Amino acid sequence: MTAHPTGHPSGAEGFLHRFEGLRSRLPGARLDFVDALRGEAAEAFRQQGFPTRRVEAWKYTDLRPVAAAGFDEPLTAIDTAPALPPAHGAARAVFVDGRFREDLSQLDGLGYAAANLAVALPRLQGRLGGLAADGAQPMVALNTMLFEDGLVVTVPAGVAAGVLDLVSVATASERPEAFHPRHLIRLEAGASLTLIETATGPSASRYLHNPVYEIEVAEGARLTHARLQQEGDAGFQLSTAYARIAEGGTYDNFTLNAGGKLVRNEIHAVLSGPRAACHMNGAQLLRDGQHADTTTVLDHAAPDCASRQTYKTVLAGRSRGVFQGKIHVHQIAQRTDGYQMNQVLLLSPEAEIDSKPQLEIYADDVKCSHGATVGEIDAEQLFYLRSRGIPEERARAMLVEAFLREAIEGVQDETARAALDAAVTRWWEGQEAAA
Amino acid sequence: MLKIEGLTAEVEGKQILKGVELEVPAGEIHAIMGPNGSGKSTLSYVLSGREGYEITGGSVSFNGVDLLALEPEERAATGLFLAFQYPVELPGVGNALFLRTALNAVRKARGESELDAMQFLKLARERLKALHISEDMLKRGVNVGFSGGEKKRNEVLQMALLQPKLAILDETDSGLDIDALKIVADGVNALRSPDFSALVITHYQRLLDYIVPDRVHVLMHGRIVQSGGPELAKQLEAEGYASVQAAA
Repeated sequence: MTAHPTGHPSGAEGFLHRFEGLRSRLPGARLDFVDALRGEAAEAFRQQGFPTRRVEAWKYTDLRPVAAAGFDEPLTAIDTAPALPPAHGAARAVFVDGRFREDLSQLDGLGYAAANLAVALPRLQGRLGGLAADGAQPMVALNTMLFEDGLVVTVPAGVAAGVLDLVSVATASERPEAFHPRHLIRLEAGASLTLIETATGPSASRYLHNPVYEIEVAEGARLTHARLQQEGDAGFQLSTAYARIAEGGTYDNFTLNAGGKLVRNEIHAVLSGPRAACHMNGAQLLRDGQHADTTTVLDHAAPDCASRQTYKTVLAGRSRGVFQGKIHVHQIAQRTDGYQMNQVLLLSPEAEIDSKPQLEIYADDVKCSHGATVGEIDAEQLFYLRSRGIPEERARAMLVEAFLREAIEGVQDETARAALDAAVTRWWEGQEAAA
Repeated sequence: MLKIEGLTAEVEGKQILKGVELEVPAGEIHAIMGPNGSGKSTLSYVLSGREGYEITGGSVSFNGVDLLALEPEERAATGLFLAFQYPVELPGVGNALFLRTALNAVRKARGESELDAMQFLKLARERLKALHISEDMLKRGVNVGFSGGEKKRNEVLQMALLQPKLAILDETDSGLDIDALKIVADGVNALRSPDFSALVITHYQRLLDYIVPDRVHVLMHGRIVQSGGPELAKQLEAEGYASVQAAA
């Protein structure tokens, strides 16, 4: 399908070049609104290119390794069945190298609409790009320019949809591949859904997974969104989520960053109606050579809303963690209740953390607090465990798990919480095996 | 069982233990009494292997093993148990998981089979019942939000599960009401056997009404300055440490 990379340009130019070549064959090429969105995105991406560290929002995360790699489109799907992560419920949407695999998925008879984007596109005018319309986000522009597929879910008013697994598997490839899925999730009034997302990939294969989410939570609806990022150790994942939460609605996001070479988890959430709630929690567990960035931008744009953010980062070896959290309380957002906490546990003197909380408050009746701590494993606690016969490595593992548990305990959905717990345990087992 | 010879130790360059001589035979309970700053807690930490104490001389033999050469977890596996003066809180670590992990680590090191969750729960319930401790204690984070008395009870519960050969109780009586004191004493007395010894470190005589020691030693200025039978504790209570100081 694609010409082989004999000397074709890398970086932003490579992607633009590929877009010109593929434009007429990309999904929705014959739909004017899709083609127009792609054209605008290409123009924005052409002007900005990959963000550099001179851009404030990217000060701590250097995308040069991504920009320097020449990526290809994934090859046309071969009908192999890659190993899939464990399922958490009956419903599941599986994407292999960014493309929907109907044979591996189960989306029938769900009581709500779930389909893949390539099929759903004709019905998405006005919805696609409705939230992710930010021209100043090069990674989003890149996604819009080149997305091929994604998950589109609409849960009708009042429907409790239960658990839906969203699985992304990257397969091993000699040539670096990039895929840019676009996921649209809409919960109508009073609906609920638990979306558990798992992203995995092979070790030693370089690839870019660049997903964008557009999430709408209507009045009184509740979305639990648990993301288990377990990309391969040479993989890049740069994700951007946009969420809009209406009156009385709740968006509960938990992101576990446990894989990948270079990872960014960027979330933009807007509390747009009174008494809406947003929880953005997460844990980053990084080994030697890994870089993970959590960037949140939260807009309190209505009164009486509550937001809770607890991010915990554990850094081993020469790893680097980044947390940037901005809370913007608009003038109208009286009686805002905001809380943001970023805690870091350093397991190695060579690890590095950059932490940048930012509060902008324009309302006068507001309760907003934030804090950050950086520490090592507590020597007293370690001695107490060892004095009871627990070997040092196991004792350290127990204390790290305990450190993370506080963030995971905030996840109210039991299935999502259990999945996160299991993922943390797997990470530790890998960590101990590597030691 | 335990033989300490000429033990000297420093903390941050300051000499605290200045030649401790002590022998605790198997099956005996010994008390160490002494005023604040005499080196009581330092002795218990040096024996259990806490970091920050530099041993500058002497030896400690525990059933023929050079105790000072072992890691803290190895000391526990060979049968040493320290009941902490200030038990440490472990937020996020469930007490049941903690107790089972500790028990299985020690069992494994001793070449015994590990217990699964059900077997452990059965054993833990038996021990809790014998010690009149509520089962709720298993469900909580280790020592988190525990009262002073609950923390000490949790220490005794750990001791009852790990079945040590030598228990060191470091001022376990401090801050306890009489009911809690009895629970602690019952826990120690229940373990009394020809293979079990205990070193009860205390400032006051009160605990020794409930755990009657075979021998009482007075630690002052980093040395054992006087030893005697249980009556020595009563004498100290009546006359204070000044009398010993004068005699020493």
